[in-house]
Amino acid sequence: MGDRLARLRADYGAGAPHALVLLVCFTLAGAAAFYAAGEARFWRMVLWFGGAVVAHDLILFPIYAALDRRLRRATGTAPATRRALLNHVRVPALGTALLFLVFLPGILDLGQDTYQAATGQPRVSYAARWLAVSGALFVLSAVVLAVRRPGLRRRDRLPGRAGR
Amino acid sequence: MSDGAPRTLWRKLDRHPPPGVEAVRRNWRSPLRGPRLTSVFGLVLLLTLPLVIITGLLDYAAYGPQFDQAFPQNVGWLRLPPFDWPTRPSWLFRLTQGLHVGLGIVLIPVVLAKLWSVMPKLFTWPPARSVAQVLERLSLLLLVGGILFEIATGVLDIQYAYLFGFDFYTAHYFGAWVFIGAFVAHVVIKLPTLVAALRRSRPEPVDPDLVASRPGPVTLSRRGALALVGGGSLLLAALTFGQSIDGPLRRTALLLPRGRNPGEGPNGFQVNRSAAAAGIRAADTGPAWRLTLTGGGRTVQFDRAALLAMGQHTARLPIACVEGWSTMQTWSGVRLADLAALAGVPDPASAHVRSLEQNGLFRQATLQSNQVADRDSLLALRVNGVDLSADHGFPARVIVPALPGVHCTKWVATIDFRAGDG
Repeated sequence: MGDRLARLRADYGAGAPHALVLLVCFTLAGAAAFYAAGEARFWRMVLWFGGAVVAHDLILFPIYAALDRRLRRATGTAPATRRALLNHVRVPALGTALLFLVFLPGILDLGQDTYQAATGQPRVSYAARWLAVSGALFVLSAVVLAVRRPGLRRRDRLPGRAGR
Repeated sequence: MSDGAPRTLWRKLDRHPPPGVEAVRRNWRSPLRGPRLTSVFGLVLLLTLPLVIITGLLDYAAYGPQFDQAFPQNVGWLRLPPFDWPTRPSWLFRLTQGLHVGLGIVLIPVVLAKLWSVMPKLFTWPPARSVAQVLERLSLLLLVGGILFEIATGVLDIQYAYLFGFDFYTAHYFGAWVFIGAFVAHVVIKLPTLVAALRRSRPEPVDPDLVASRPGPVTLSRRGALALVGGGSLLLAALTFGQSIDGPLRRTALLLPRGRNPGEGPNGFQVNRSAAAAGIRAADTGPAWRLTLTGGGRTVQFDRAALLAMGQHTARLPIACVEGWSTMQTWSGVRLADLAALAGVPDPASAHVRSLEQNGLFRQATLQSNQVADRDSLLALRVNGVDLSADHGFPARVIVPALPGVHCTKWVATIDFRAGDG
């Protein structure tokens, strides 16, 4: 009996709890799909579900990774002053991109009619606000960098620490 | 780890990698990636996502699924056990829904960082060495698809951009259940890894999938990376929490629809669905308007002057929307319990409220007995000392403590008080 269980475990590749919890996972997903299948435009939902993974893993990630690589090449990663420059561009750039991603409908002025129906006000574009907040992030980052710079320079000049 | 069955298949896979796999593997250069960093992000999500999930499910319960007025309607056993949504504390829905939306937004950077930290795993070869691993990978598709789908639909919904073209409630609700199952499985399977990776007394566990084989230069410490992600969350929090508060700080929700107040004066607070959008005509709400009460076999009608002549009650109550925004206002009008008595059903099991509106999904709502009986449940005629504006439901609207905003029916035409079945 014990032998057979061990064999089963080896064939499956993991223990019983692993199989059980995945059974729960697929049961819930199956039930959700079952009830959702009766609703209008079910396949469109499935498409968005799969599309979300593709959009993140195969589009968004390669793009931001490539941009970061370019930025790294442009600034260099050593000495400390260059590295600081890299990060002081990186951080506000990421903030800008994050805000764009999350608040995209307001920035691109999408859904004007539904907005007006819901709020009773015409939509105003938030593009200018987004640019203002993003600009503030870059300025703030530049100010902090300027303050840090003398210290970083001193570090770079220390003998034996160049390139660190 | 040794291969599962069928072993020849996994070995064959292993021996025949598609071109480019090795190049991709060597190009994961970030020195930051490793079990410990991933586990920190994992721990944050493990502690916070359950809160987002539970508040989301509570939101469904708040809509009154027992009256078939929570969407989607047909969910089978995919729901919390039925219970009557309470009216106290009056800020309950404001809190649960504000948390659901606010925390959901604030966690976006953490989710993205977590995905970044495990990205090399997507491209490892062979993709699996056993049936167990194939199934686990499939569950990860549901996990990642689930969280991204919930974030995308949620974020678009609160900004009124229904780009997806399907029903938001249906998609967000069933998508949530797909995610819940995958989340539970992932936590159970990975918790030991997380605990091992976070033990400070032990060295970081080895994970050749995550740790770069030829790491590039360090440009950011791990602590710096965590601060960066936390900073992103703080930025989003700072730009979101304004939609749940009143006063000048509301404007801090700079990029959200509910950061703007629609106007000045006592009626200058957030509107959900304007009178124009609901097709309410001035002729219907003028002197000819009557409130019709039914129940106990009789029908009674009142005009607005008669309602104003009744005992008025004032309550300071929040109106909170499923989209996460809320606002606190001072309402006055007739108690629903008093109207129930006038209709001849002093202790109703439920009350069905209809609006003048003809077409909207929320032109009617059924209230539970506790929602009629609460001392602050009103048919409001005035707000902040003046008559309701057209957009806020003139001539009369329902306001009930802790009830989702869309069920506080505006432009009320009839209320049917229903006695218990028993």
